[in-house]
Amino acid sequence: METYTLMVLLLAATIRVATPLLLAALAGMFSERAGVIDLGLEGKMLGAAFAAATVATVTGSAWLGLGAGMVTAIALSLLLGFACVTYRGNQVVAAMAVNIMVSGLGPTLALAWFNLGGQTPQLDAAGQRFTAVVWPWSQSARETPFPGLLYAELLSGHNLVVYLAAALVPAAAWLLYRTRFGLRLRAVGENPQAVDTAGISVTGLRYQAMIISGALCGVAGSYLSIAASSGFVRDMTAGKGYLALAALIFGKWRPYPTLAACLLFAFTDALAVRLQGVALPLVGVIPVQFILALPYVLTVLLLAGFVGRAVAPRAIGVPYSKEK
Amino acid sequence: MSTPKQLPRWADLILLPLVGLAAALLLSCGVIALLGESPWQAMRLMVDGAFGSQESIGYSLFYATNFIFTGLAVAVAFHAGLFNIGGEGQAYIGGLGAGLVCLWLGHWPFWAVLPLAVMGAAGFGAAWAFLPGLLQAKRGSHIVITTIMFNFIASALMTYLLVNVLIKPGQQSPETREFGSNSWMPFAHEILARVGLDFTATPLNLAFVLALGAAGLVWVFIWHTRWGYALRVVGQSPEAAVYAGISPSRITIMAMLLSGALAGGLGLNELMGSQHRILIDFPGGAGFVGIAVALMGRNHPVGIVFSAILFGALYQGGSQLTFDMPRVNRDMVVVIQGLVILSCGALENMFRQPLTALLGRRRKSGEGRS
Repeated sequence: METYTLMVLLLAATIRVATPLLLAALAGMFSERAGVIDLGLEGKMLGAAFAAATVATVTGSAWLGLGAGMVTAIALSLLLGFACVTYRGNQVVAAMAVNIMVSGLGPTLALAWFNLGGQTPQLDAAGQRFTAVVWPWSQSARETPFPGLLYAELLSGHNLVVYLAAALVPAAAWLLYRTRFGLRLRAVGENPQAVDTAGISVTGLRYQAMIISGALCGVAGSYLSIAASSGFVRDMTAGKGYLALAALIFGKWRPYPTLAACLLFAFTDALAVRLQGVALPLVGVIPVQFILALPYVLTVLLLAGFVGRAVAPRAIGVPYSKEK
Repeated sequence: MSTPKQLPRWADLILLPLVGLAAALLLSCGVIALLGESPWQAMRLMVDGAFGSQESIGYSLFYATNFIFTGLAVAVAFHAGLFNIGGEGQAYIGGLGAGLVCLWLGHWPFWAVLPLAVMGAAGFGAAWAFLPGLLQAKRGSHIVITTIMFNFIASALMTYLLVNVLIKPGQQSPETREFGSNSWMPFAHEILARVGLDFTATPLNLAFVLALGAAGLVWVFIWHTRWGYALRVVGQSPEAAVYAGISPSRITIMAMLLSGALAGGLGLNELMGSQHRILIDFPGGAGFVGIAVALMGRNHPVGIVFSAILFGALYQGGSQLTFDMPRVNRDMVVVIQGLVILSCGALENMFRQPLTALLGRRRKSGEGRS
């Protein structure tokens, strides 16, 4: 009984950790499928987290905060597009530039505007954050372990963004595989020459992909600062953008496997928190750091082809020029 | 636009990075103005804070030493066509190598510890770069992604080692005991005092000279040895390298080993030179600054030394800024760094095209006159 309850709570924590990963990984899926390496996920999320917290503080509205987060991340995404698509700059360099710049800009602006040592004020007033949505009868359902507890902990009690992220997976799959736009987007990441020959703008498609990526990163970042916690703090993404990228690779750039990878990585994270200093039978205390490093080790193994094979979109990282 | 024009070599090597730097500083001034401080005043404070006194010069060069090592690391990999973003992790593990030597042999005379510590730093750093290099060479795993993953793995590993294994007993913060004082790098003020020169006490130490030496060795290696030649051929065209009988996979591994070894040098300066113990996250982002340094320095050792000093000055000047301007904090330096990477690296073509057109037109009119 005890173990069951712990397991359900662990899964509930997994869902909460997986949400920003999933949103960022879906964001990366669009840009990478269009042929642009998206190391900038980290910076776009962080920028959105800052903008969302700032606007939510000033206006008192979580929705305006979310909007500001999305606008900021889209702007950063367009900056990346400007450098990588229009000026054919190195995509990795551009993304690192954005990540580093944003990691400095957030605390800098926060200090100047709020004077709280690089973070934004605590959001506690009603409406400033996305708070848990409690489903009907979940309180009384809690009394019966199965399926009541599952209903109360796993389905009910998350904030809106979590449900949005869950709904976005089939939506992304539909957009990518069942629409003309999706077909073109995938084509531009595999063989941009062919797309160009068909009279469709490679630049236009890649910019559209960058805008979608920015919008999703915006939601992911806003989730961090105005839903999962209450306010922006320095480096609050803490490598989640890179972890999302790893999940995307682990999911082989496909929506449902990416969802599975995000859940797996989030589960290791939730498990690490839970296992801190706990002695397990036979193995003893597992150092938390080993569990936390697991997603990265798994991704390296996958990239090395030891656990399945991840084949990247063929034209990824290559700027397109008509002359060649 | 039918024939692509080339930028003259001097403009490509010197003018283009300077234009990029100017653009980055201009944008930074914009940010400072947005913060409600005077950009002109801020720039003056930064220059003064970086070069205004012996103390500030010492600190600037101390920071620059780290950046020379990490900048060289990025550059060597870049010449082989590899983007090594793992400098941070390699420096972290490299520092562990140097630190272990100092912890064990700290009572030995310095001249005996130094070569072993250098080997420890370079060996551990290279070892951490080996797997990404090997996987890129043999399995085609994207080096950018694997080196990022190795940064996180290094961080987890070091946290584990410092918290559970190497921590000084009876202490809360995760750091080792102090190295034996024999293994400390001689400070610049001590060395200068011996030849009768008076210099303020700063963390600047012998590692600065080692960094310059490393830059010299990299120059010799890349441009004056067969291995360096092979490395550049692979970087320019792996297909051509195969025809020339060069094995791209061997060169890839070699370049990554060398790159990791150079990144490991950071530990010599930061740990042996200043901290005198191993502590959490001592590279402090210097591995990423290396990217900016290499981009600004055009991947040439001379350029890297100069741009490393520039970034060192930026760090030192930036901390001065935080004392005098309450609305500006150290993170402003990180912003400037990001803007430099953006304008010197990512948006290079944006400046290259108009510069090429401008210089091309000038040359044409000059020819017309003569």
